[in-house]
Order: sequence, then C-alpha cells, then structure tokens
Amino acid sequence: MMYDFLVDLTGSPILSGIVMSLLPLFTFILPFALFAVYLERKVSAHMQDRLGPMRTGWHGWKQTIADILKLIQKEDIVAKDNDKLLFNLAPIIVFAGSYAAFAAIPFASIFIGTEIDLGMFYIVAVTGLVVAGILMAGWASNNKYSLLGSMRSVAQIVSYEIPTMLVMLSVVMLSGTMSLHTLSEMQTGNILNWYILGGPGLSLSKFILIPFMFIGFLIIYISTLAEVNRTPFDIPEAESELVSGYHTEYSGMKFAMFFLSEYANMFAVSAIVVALFLGGYQSPIGYFGNLIGAEWLVPFEQFGWFTVKGVFFVFVQMWLRWTLPRLRVDQLMTVSWKYLIPIAFVNLLIIGLISIL
Amino acid sequence: MSNNSKLNTKNSAIRTEEMVLNMGPQHPSTHGVLRLELVLEGEIVVKVIPHIGYLHRCFEKHCEAMTYPQIVPYTDRMDYLASMGNEFGYAIAMEKMLGIQVPERVEYIRVIMAELQRIASHLVALGTYGADIGAFTPFLFCFRDRETILHLFEITCGARLLYNYIWVGGLSHDIHPDFIRKTKDFIKEFRPNLKEVDNLLSHNRIFIDRTANVGILPIETAINYGVSGPNLRGSGFKWDIRKDDPYSVYHKFDYEIPVGKGTYGTVGDSWDRYYVRILEMEESLKIIEQAIDQIPEGDVTSAIPKRIKPNAGQVYARVENPRGELGYFIISDGSTSPYRVKVRAPSFVSMQVLNELCKGYMVADVVTILGSIDIVLGEIDR
Amino acid sequence: MKEYLGNIYTALYTIFVGMKITFKHMFVPSVTIQYPEVKLQLPERERNRLYVNMDDCIGCDQCSRACPVSCIDIETTKSLPGEDLGKTSNGKKKALWVTNFTIDFAKCCYCQLCVFPCPTECIYMTDVFEFSEWERDRLVYDFATLTPEERQEKRDNLAKFNAEKEAEKLKAAAAPKPDVKKDEPEVK
Repeated sequence: MMYDFLVDLTGSPILSGIVMSLLPLFTFILPFALFAVYLERKVSAHMQDRLGPMRTGWHGWKQTIADILKLIQKEDIVAKDNDKLLFNLAPIIVFAGSYAAFAAIPFASIFIGTEIDLGMFYIVAVTGLVVAGILMAGWASNNKYSLLGSMRSVAQIVSYEIPTMLVMLSVVMLSGTMSLHTLSEMQTGNILNWYILGGPGLSLSKFILIPFMFIGFLIIYISTLAEVNRTPFDIPEAESELVSGYHTEYSGMKFAMFFLSEYANMFAVSAIVVALFLGGYQSPIGYFGNLIGAEWLVPFEQFGWFTVKGVFFVFVQMWLRWTLPRLRVDQLMTVSWKYLIPIAFVNLLIIGLISIL
Repeated sequence: MSNNSKLNTKNSAIRTEEMVLNMGPQHPSTHGVLRLELVLEGEIVVKVIPHIGYLHRCFEKHCEAMTYPQIVPYTDRMDYLASMGNEFGYAIAMEKMLGIQVPERVEYIRVIMAELQRIASHLVALGTYGADIGAFTPFLFCFRDRETILHLFEITCGARLLYNYIWVGGLSHDIHPDFIRKTKDFIKEFRPNLKEVDNLLSHNRIFIDRTANVGILPIETAINYGVSGPNLRGSGFKWDIRKDDPYSVYHKFDYEIPVGKGTYGTVGDSWDRYYVRILEMEESLKIIEQAIDQIPEGDVTSAIPKRIKPNAGQVYARVENPRGELGYFIISDGSTSPYRVKVRAPSFVSMQVLNELCKGYMVADVVTILGSIDIVLGEIDR
Repeated sequence: MKEYLGNIYTALYTIFVGMKITFKHMFVPSVTIQYPEVKLQLPERERNRLYVNMDDCIGCDQCSRACPVSCIDIETTKSLPGEDLGKTSNGKKKALWVTNFTIDFAKCCYCQLCVFPCPTECIYMTDVFEFSEWERDRLVYDFATLTPEERQEKRDNLAKFNAEKEAEKLKAAAAPKPDVKKDEPEVK
C-alpha cells in the first residue's frame, strides 16, 4: 500500500520501488543494529554484575557508532593465498541474504516491502543464501579453523530449517495463507485472536489447539536461534574453540558486515516468530488512534508494537546467550533430528487433524 | 559376472588422511602458552602431542645462585594462581631441613591462607572452565568472589597475587586486626554464591551433555602416571595429603575428602573432576571456620632465623596444592645457597595424561578435557 | 520413551533455573567502580613503589644484598675523619657518604625483602602504582641527594685523603730511622 502511495506521489514506479527498498534499511535495520549491539553489551554487563560501556555518551549509548567508525578505518587485509573473488563476495552475500528477508516482513498495515503472496516461502528461501555466504567465507579464508567452522555452520543451518518449516506449515494449514501480511491482518482485535492462543474466532477447536500452538512456538523459537548461530548453538563462531570460526580472517568493513548481518538476522527471525504467533503488528489492547479518532496514528502505533515485540524476543535471545553453555556439534544435530523434528512433525499432524474437524 | 566379482574384491574405501591441527601457543582456551598438536581423523582425535617450554624461566637453576630467603618470591611465581601453596611447601621443606619448630599461631595462619588460596584457585579453574564451554556468566561471578579473597590477602601482606608472605620459620607480617572479621563476612557471603554458581552451571543439562562421559580417567592409569589432587579424586580414589600424610595442623580439623561418584556419567569423567572442585571449596570453608575459632596467640616472627645456613643434606617435602601434590626436593651443601632445588609440579604430571584422555573424542572435547585437568603453565615450565 | 521425555523435561527445567538466576542478577547493583574518577582505597600495608628517605640512610648496603633481583645499586664513599654527617632519626651516627643510590623499577619485583633488613627503616613501600613511563631508562630512580659535583668532590676528597695517608706512610718508611738509643748519656 505504501508502494501505491508513493507511485501516486511521484508518478514513477521505478523511483518508488527504489525508495521502498531502501526504506526498511535506513529507517529500521541500521538503527536497530546499532541499538541491538548496545543492548547486548548492556544486558550482558548487568547480568554479570558489571557496567558495560559507560564513557562514550551518557552511559555509553554512542559506543556502537564509535565501533563502526573504527571498523571503517581499519586496513582491509586479504591474505596472499585467499581466493580473492570468494573472499570479497562472502560478506556481501551474507548481508544480502539476511537483509532481503526484510522485504516480506510486515512492519505496519501499510508499511510492507512487497505484497508477495508467498511471504514465508520467500523468507525461508532467501535466508538460505546465508549458508552459501558462510561456506564461501570459510573456504576462501584458507584456514583450517575457518573451514571447520563454516562446515559446521552449514550443517547446523540446514538441519534446523526443517523444524522451522514444519511449524510454519502448521500455521499455514490453520490460516490458509502464506503471506505474513495477511496472517497479521487475521489476528486483529485483541490478544485472544493471536495464533499462540489458538487463532482468530471463538470455537472449541481453538481451545484444543492452544497447547500445540505453544509447543510449535517453542520449537520455532529454538530452531530460529540455531539459524542465526546464537548460543547455545554458536559453534561456528565459538570464540574459545575456533577463535571466531568463519569470520576470523576478516577485518574492517567486511567484519562489520558480518556483524551487522547477524543482528539484522536476529531481528528478522524474531519478527517471523512474532508475525506467526503473536499477532504481528497488532496491539493486544486496541489502538489509541482509534480511540481519539486520529486514524493516521494507527500505523505508527502498529509499528511501535511490532518493534516492541521484536525487541523483546531479541532480548530473550540475548538472555539465553549469557546463561547457557554451548552445545557440541553432534549434540546439536541430535537435538534437531531426534527431538525437534519428530515433535514438530507430530505437532503438524495433530494440528492438521484438528483443523479439519 | 567376472567383472562384478573383480569389483567386489576391491576395497572400496575412499582414501583418507590424518590431519594435523595446531592449537598453537596463542589460543584462548589453552590455559597459558601451551602448544597442542592434534592429529585428527575428520573430527576424531587420534593423538595429542603437547609442546611445552614457552614459559620456562630457569627457576631451578636460578635458585642455586640465591640465598634461601631470596628464593621465596620466586616460588610464588611458579604456580601464580596458588602462590600461598607454593610458599607453604618451600617453608615446610626448609623447616624440616633446619629442624625449626614454628609457633602454633603461625601454623594456623598458614593453614587459613592456604585454604583461602585453594578457594581462589578453584574459582579461577571453574570460571575459565565455564568460559571454555561457552557459559560466560559464571566466569564473572567466580571472579567477583575471588576479588574478596584477594582483598583479604591484600590487607595482610600488601599484594594480591604474589605474596612473599610465608617465610622459612614464620610469616612476614602478623594478620591485620580486621582480617578475622572480614573473613567471617566473606564466608557468610560466599556460601550462597557458591550455591548459585552450582545451580547455574553444574546441573545444567547442556553442561552435563558436554562434560559427562568425556575424558574418563580410570584409577589405574591415574596412579601409573602419578596424577594427584582433584584429578585423582575425581576418578574415585580417596587420596589427599592433608589426611594421608598430614603436615602443619591439618590433623586438628574436621573435614571430608570429596571424591567423584559418576553421578551423571562414568566415574572419572570431566563432570566429576569439576564437581570435586566445587565440593572442595565447601570443605575449605569448613576448615577456615574452624581455624579462625581456634587461633592461639603468639609471635609470628620469633622463629625466623637470622641467617639460613643449613648443614649439608637433602630433604623432600610435599603439600596439597589446589592442583595436586607439590613437592620440593632441596639439596644443600652447607652454604647460604642451595646446591639444587627440584620442584615436582602437579600440573606437569597431570598434563601427560592428556594423550590418554583425548583419544577417540572430538576436537571440541579436547578443550573440555584440558579445562577439567586444570593446568597452569607457570608450574609446568617453571 | 520415558527417558526421552525425561530428557526434554530436565533440559527445559535447568534452562529456566539458569535464566531465573541471570535475570535476578540484572537488578543487582554492579561491583564495577569507574576508575579513574573513583579510586579504591588501598590498605596500609600495600606494596607498590619503593621510597627511600635519604636523611636516614647510613649506606649499610643491607637492602641491596637482600634484593633477589639486584635492582638496588649503592655506592658509598667513606667520609673524612673530621666531617660530621649528622644523625639519623633513631640516633645512629652516619659515617658514609652515599654517592649513588639507584633503584631500577623495571627489575623490582615488589617483594618487600629490602624493607626488613634496614636498620633505620628508611626504605619502605608506598602505595603509588601509577608511575608508568614511555622510556625504560626513566624507570631508574636516583635517590641520592648529593649533586653530581658534590659526589665527585666527596670521591676526590677520599682519594686525596687516601693518597695523603699513603704518602705519609711512604715518607715514614723512607725517612732515616730515628736513633733508637735516645737516652744516650752525655758523657765526656
């Protein structure tokens, strides 16, 4: 809808296309990445009884800006035996993969990148680009440790896509649509219409569905944790074992791209979980704008709610990172193939049965 | 048909090669400058060859050029995380050679310092072990508690890590007037903190999956190699020099010796070695409480000889360091400098078991096993 | 099957226990202090940089001999018989000019072994620890209070005095021996 608005305004579809694609980047991803890095450092510091950054700005809020400025100034080291093409291409592909997923995520009822009907399918396909990027990074680094790290990462991401897709399929079965935008629209009203509490409408099947939806929510949360390489699944970038894994050899701006893409990815998967189960951008209590009659306020409120929910789940991801130790590679595979996939599959079958009835 | 049989008789395995991976001297997880050459087949370790010597400072040769009191600061620097234990061993060896009997107050204070040092050293071991496994938070909790202990040491002798406090024949200073009150506060505060780290890490399912059944050390292998301390006790064998060959006033206290029982896996795995250290901290707290209540009055510097010139002879004395049995073998030739000082470092012996323990496990497990053995390179290289 | 479900249950339970602990810790006040605006109060026995009070130093060289790393370098010159160097604060009479007293803090291991043998307690450890320098030579501290000209003067004085004594001895040896029989009676 925003696309149409811009086309009416400017009269040129190309220009509005460009603006629409740049809009999530500048209004959301960059500020969010800056904020997320700062949040992580402060959250980890306070969980560990210390203070975190305190000197750059009031309580250190300018720390990430300082870090980015520093990384931009660093020398871009490319070792002699590295495969130059792949080495330079890898961070770009990783960043592009995680950024492209934002095109299909609904930020507000009118603010969405594209109105694609295959929203979920598109997102899962595009985050698979990240796998290719990581493999390239590991191989082109010409370093045994990096290669080990990237191969583990590939195995991990590929095996954890399966429970993700199984849970997504169960929600698709219930709602009948793959577009995240339509899903969020279906969950309007109040909190009882959210999928985690069974879905819109009021019927017996809804109440029976609640425990299975809850299990589905847990499964997708855990598997998307593994997709973004966060502890307890951060073997690919395990600092104390592989000295940073596949991004050991990168310095300067390329490292910054890996770094930013990790945080962008974290938000993207939180956003997917929120859109699937927790109502997307809908508010649980109604809109203030509707109350006072200012209709134009509603999209901004929705944007705010969406951000709050997304940031809350990013916070939970950080919370988990600083509490739990790391899983070993074979245990990671065990969790995925022996625990998550069977449970997700059974869940899918049961939800399918209930939805027919 | 004949073609098929020809195909069948050939061994169709793909040619594989062993890979040599170097966990070099600079690595976040080898505790110090240790080079581990891992011979891998895929992800499975076939052999581990440790290369040491990056921290060799010629301690034993250097002792031959110094007088006996001057050696004490150097013994601190061998196992820098358990300095009181090192000084204690040296003092006991020299007092045995000279035949000095120190006042009781000195004995009690030495025991309190050694036990506080044991707690501090185990806190570092557990914190870094958790950090290697990936849990970063217990590391900071352990170090926060260790700061209190280092403050106690600081008000007594002025230094936080390398004390030069336990001298031959006594101590350099008497304890500070605030020491007993602050130690009691510390004990009261530390018990719940220890319980908290226990809850956070020890019984966590992921931690158990990483450490149980990994690096199993059978008792015979341990005894054959000469392993001692928590590594031996983790395998189920109850041997502690404080009980089996008592020195100083350890026989006056009532405490247990924890051993590994294989709660979550087999006896002697990494979880057992880790948990023995947690239980030992609790026992050390008991010893400190009893010692504080029983300290007699006295003068701590009265038995320090003016000039140490022992008769020609040799002596061997051993103490229970947080890492195992630390032994000093001193040969004197009648002058003010020793003829030879040989130190039996516990980490040196424990590290040799690494090859046995790592066979058949994965690369990630090498880090786990190395952390559970708890070595300090300063002691290995001297 | 029971073990399977049991595994899932223990995993989730222990994870939640851990999460509760870290969450509680977010609201505990932190233990960090903001150095250099806030500095810790160091205890009175703190062992940091050494200080030598040269008014009390009698040049006995005990501290230099006790040091395990030989970082104290002392050179003394004997004073002439008539000179009065004064007394130390606990009453000892000083008899040596200390012409060189340097401590190399790059070598010092802060072990405190030099403090104990000093008979006048003039060398002691302070709590100063912020004394880093850009060049290593600047860590060699010179404590002697005589100016370089004075030091050379004392050494020259001693050399002259010794030379004079040597000359006298030589003169006494080379001079004709005085008559042994001093009380030769004045006869005839």
